[in-house]
Amino acid sequence: MALTLDSKIPDGPLADKWTKHKFDLKLVNPSNRRKFEVIVVGTGLAGAAAAASLGELGYNVKVFTYHDSPRRAHSIAAQGGINGAKNYRNDGDSVHRLFYDTVKGGDYRSREANVHRLAESSVNIIDQATAQGVPFAREYGGLLDNRSFGGAQVARTFYARGQTGQQLLLGAYQALARQIHLGNVTLYNRMEMLDVVTHDGRAAGITVRDLLSGEVSAHSAHAVLLCTGGYGNVYFLSTNAKACNVTATWRAHKKGAAFANPCFTQIHPTCIPPADEFQSKLTLMSESLRNDGRIWVPKEFDEARSAGEIPESERDYYLERKYPAFGNLVPRDVASRNSKTVVDEGRGVGPLRNGVYLDFSDSINRFGKETIKARYGNLFDMYERITGEDPYESPMRIYPATHYTMGGLWVDYNLQTTVPGLFALGEANFSDHGANRLGASALMQGLADGYFVAPETVAGYLSDLLGTSPLETTHEAFATSIAETKDRTHQLLSIKGTKSVDHYHRELGKLVWDYCGMTRDRNGLEKALTEIPALRDEFWKNVKVLGNNESLNQSLEKALRVADFMEFAELKVSDALHREESCGGHFREEHQTEEGEALRDDENFCYVAAWEYGGPDIHKDSVLNKEPLVFENVKLTQRSYK
Amino acid sequence: MSETLNLTLKVWRQNATGQAGHFETYTTAVADDASFLEMLDYVNEDLIRNDKEPIAFDHDCREGICGSCGLMIDGQAHGPQKGTATCQLHMRKFSNGDTITIEPWRAAGFPIIKDLVVNRAAFDRIIESGGYISVNTGSAPDANIIPVPKETADAAMDAAACIGCGACVAACPNSAANLFTAAKMQHLNLLPQGQPERYSRAESMVEKMEEFFGSCTNHGECKEACPKEISIDFIAMMNKDYIKSKRVNRRRLGQKKVG
Repeated sequence: MALTLDSKIPDGPLADKWTKHKFDLKLVNPSNRRKFEVIVVGTGLAGAAAAASLGELGYNVKVFTYHDSPRRAHSIAAQGGINGAKNYRNDGDSVHRLFYDTVKGGDYRSREANVHRLAESSVNIIDQATAQGVPFAREYGGLLDNRSFGGAQVARTFYARGQTGQQLLLGAYQALARQIHLGNVTLYNRMEMLDVVTHDGRAAGITVRDLLSGEVSAHSAHAVLLCTGGYGNVYFLSTNAKACNVTATWRAHKKGAAFANPCFTQIHPTCIPPADEFQSKLTLMSESLRNDGRIWVPKEFDEARSAGEIPESERDYYLERKYPAFGNLVPRDVASRNSKTVVDEGRGVGPLRNGVYLDFSDSINRFGKETIKARYGNLFDMYERITGEDPYESPMRIYPATHYTMGGLWVDYNLQTTVPGLFALGEANFSDHGANRLGASALMQGLADGYFVAPETVAGYLSDLLGTSPLETTHEAFATSIAETKDRTHQLLSIKGTKSVDHYHRELGKLVWDYCGMTRDRNGLEKALTEIPALRDEFWKNVKVLGNNESLNQSLEKALRVADFMEFAELKVSDALHREESCGGHFREEHQTEEGEALRDDENFCYVAAWEYGGPDIHKDSVLNKEPLVFENVKLTQRSYK
Repeated sequence: MSETLNLTLKVWRQNATGQAGHFETYTTAVADDASFLEMLDYVNEDLIRNDKEPIAFDHDCREGICGSCGLMIDGQAHGPQKGTATCQLHMRKFSNGDTITIEPWRAAGFPIIKDLVVNRAAFDRIIESGGYISVNTGSAPDANIIPVPKETADAAMDAAACIGCGACVAACPNSAANLFTAAKMQHLNLLPQGQPERYSRAESMVEKMEEFFGSCTNHGECKEACPKEISIDFIAMMNKDYIKSKRVNRRRLGQKKVG
C-alpha cells in the first residue's frame, strides 16, 4: 500500500507562505487548551523548547527523557554556534540569503518552503535566547558578536564561546523548568519510550519503560511529539553521545510513520581518530581549525618516520594540490572523502595508520605560538588531554567521523509524520538540511521547530479534536503494546548467549561504516544487505544480557537500542543502494564527475525517499514512496571547489 | 606508543537505594591511551564474560559537557586532573601497579541508585525554583535592544559554564550545593535581563537548596573539584543577593522595611 505524501506546502510566494499558513491554521482558545494532553519525547533543543512553549500556552504537557535530567540531552555538546539572519554585520545577509545557502549547502535535496521558514525563524530564536539570558559573545560596545562559518560568505553565526549548544539547551531547559514548577508540564525522567501506540489511524500515546524499576507503562495524549535526535550511533563510533539511538523513530516507523532519506549522514572531517579497539566514541575538533592548519600525509606508503623527520618535499598536501582555490577549506564532505582515500591507500599516519596530519607549524611560525593559542587554545588542550600529544610541537592527527544525520521521519509542512497526531521535530525529522547540513544550522533547526513551528501547527491539529478525550490507557491498543514491549525485554534477558551487547554494536558499526560510510558502491551495499540480517539473527540468538528487568540495567537498555539499530541499518543500506546518484553526504562511487566529485542526477532522483515499513525482511518488504522536490526559487547547479 | 597498565580497582557495588554496599576488587590491564570510562567499559566486558553483572555508572557525551558522569576516584571528585570531568580523564595519569578506589558521589542530597549511579534530581528542583528568566516564547524584543557590557557577559558566561555534575557537592565536607546554585543564580543575576527577578530568584533558590543540601563553610573544595573551574566568588555574590532579598522581597510585599 503506497502512502499519499501530502507535504501540505502552502500556496503563494515563498516569503509569505509561513505567515499565510499561520493565519489559515485553526486555533485553540486559551480556556480550551487545558483540555488537551500533549506528550513530548526527548528534552534536547527541540523537545525542551516545544514542551516549554506548549506549557506556556496552557496545554497539559508530559515530557519524557531517559536521562536523569533534561539538561543532559546531546544538544548540549554542540560547539560552534547558531545561524541567525539578523544582518547585524551589515554584510548583505538576509532571510533569503540564509535560505539560499541552506538549500545549496544541502545539495538540493531539501524542501524549499521548510527551509525558508527555518531562515525566518532564525531571527526570532536569537531574540528569544537573548531574553532568556543565554550569554552570547558580545563586542565591547555591548552588542552581539558574530563569526563566519562554512558554506556562507556572511558572518551570521552567534556563539557562546565553544559551548553554544550548552547555553542554548540550558536556556530551553530553564524555560522548561519554569513550566514544570508552574505545574503545566510533568517531567518523567529516566523513562525510555519503547513504542508508539496508534488507534483508528491516529497517534494515541506511547509506551515507556522506567529505567530504574523496569516497569512498562502506557501514556495517552491527543498528540505525540518525537524530539529524539538522529541515528548516528548506528556506526557505533560517532561524535554522538553514547545513549543516542534510533529506537523512538524506528518504533514510530514500524507503527506507520515513513522514514525519509536514511542514507543521508554527515561525516565530519576533523575528529580525533580511534586510539585502540576499546575506543568508545569519537571527539570532534572544531571545523575552524582548518583555517590555520594544513592537512597532509607522507608521499611514501607505510612511512615509519615521525612527522618532524619527513622533509617538506616528501609531504603531500593533498587538498591544496587537488583544490587550489579552496585548499584546506573545502566543504566537509569533500575533505572527509579525501582523507579516506589517502588512508585507504596506506598513507595514513599515527600508530594505527588511521589518520592524516593537521599541521599548525606554518601558522605558528607566521603568527607566533601565542596567537594560535588565543585562537584555538581550548581545542589544543582538549586534544592534548585525549591523545597525550602536544599539537604545538607535533601535528594533530585527525580523521572523519559520523556527526549528524540529515535523514529522519518524513514530515509534512506541519512537522506531522504520516501518522496523524504524531509529530517529529529537530534532528528526528528529515526536512531542512537535504543531503548535507551546514555548520551552525542544527541548533537553529531544533529551536525553530520547538519554539516557533510546533506550537502553531500542533494547535492546528488539536483544534479538530476539541471535545474528545485521549484513548484510555486500559484500552486494548495500549495493553498490546505493553505486552509486546515486555516480551521483547524478557526475550533479550532470556537469550543468555555468549557475546555482549557492545560486541554486536561494534560489529554492526563496522559493517555500516565500511559499506555505507563516507563512500558507498553497489557491491559493498549488496554485501551489507546479506551481512546485516545475518548479524541481526546472531544477535537475537547469542547476545548476553545479564541482570534482571526490575532494577537499573544498562546492558538491557543498550540491548533494546541495538536491536532497533540492527533493523534500521538495513533500511539505511537499502536507501543508499536505491539512490543511484551522489549528493552531499551520500557519495556513490559509481556516480562521480571526472574530477572525482559528487554527481547528482536531478532528472531521476530529485525527490525525498520516504520508506514505509512492510515487514521484517526490511530490504524486500519496505515500500518506497517519493515526494518530488520542486525548486521554484533556486537554480540547481553543480558544486565546484577547484 | 601506548603502554599497558596493570591496575587493581576497588569499586563500590550496591544493588539499590538504601541497601548495604561494599567494595569489590578487580584487576585489569588496560592501554594508557584509554579514557577512564573506557577502562570501566573494558572491566565491564570482562565481568560480562565471567557472568558477573557489569558496574553501573552514569555517562553520556564523553566530552565533558553533559555532566552525566562523575566518580570519586581515590577520594577526589572526577579524579586527579584539575578542570577535567571523569570522561575526559585518561589512564596515562595513572601508573602501572596502581590501586584505584572508585566510589559514587557521597551526599545525603544524592541518594545512591545503584553502584556508582546517584540521583541528582535535587539539582532540577533548585533550577525549577527560580533558575530561569520568565520570558514566554514569542515575547522577546530584538536581541540588540539591551546592550550588555562585554565584561558582564563574560562573567555571566563564566558562571553559566556549570555542567551540573555534582562534583562540588561530592567534594564538600558539608555536602553543600552552594557552588552549583550560585553559578546558575549569578549567571542570571549578573545580566540586565535577569534583574526583574533577581531577589525573588535569590531567595527561592537558596531556600530550595537548603531543603536538600548542607551549609557552606567556605572550605573551597568545590572549586578545586569543579571540572569547569567555576569561581567560588559566585558564592559570595549569591550570599549578598540572598541577604538583600530578605529586605527587598518584604518591601515588595508591602511590608515594612526590616533592619
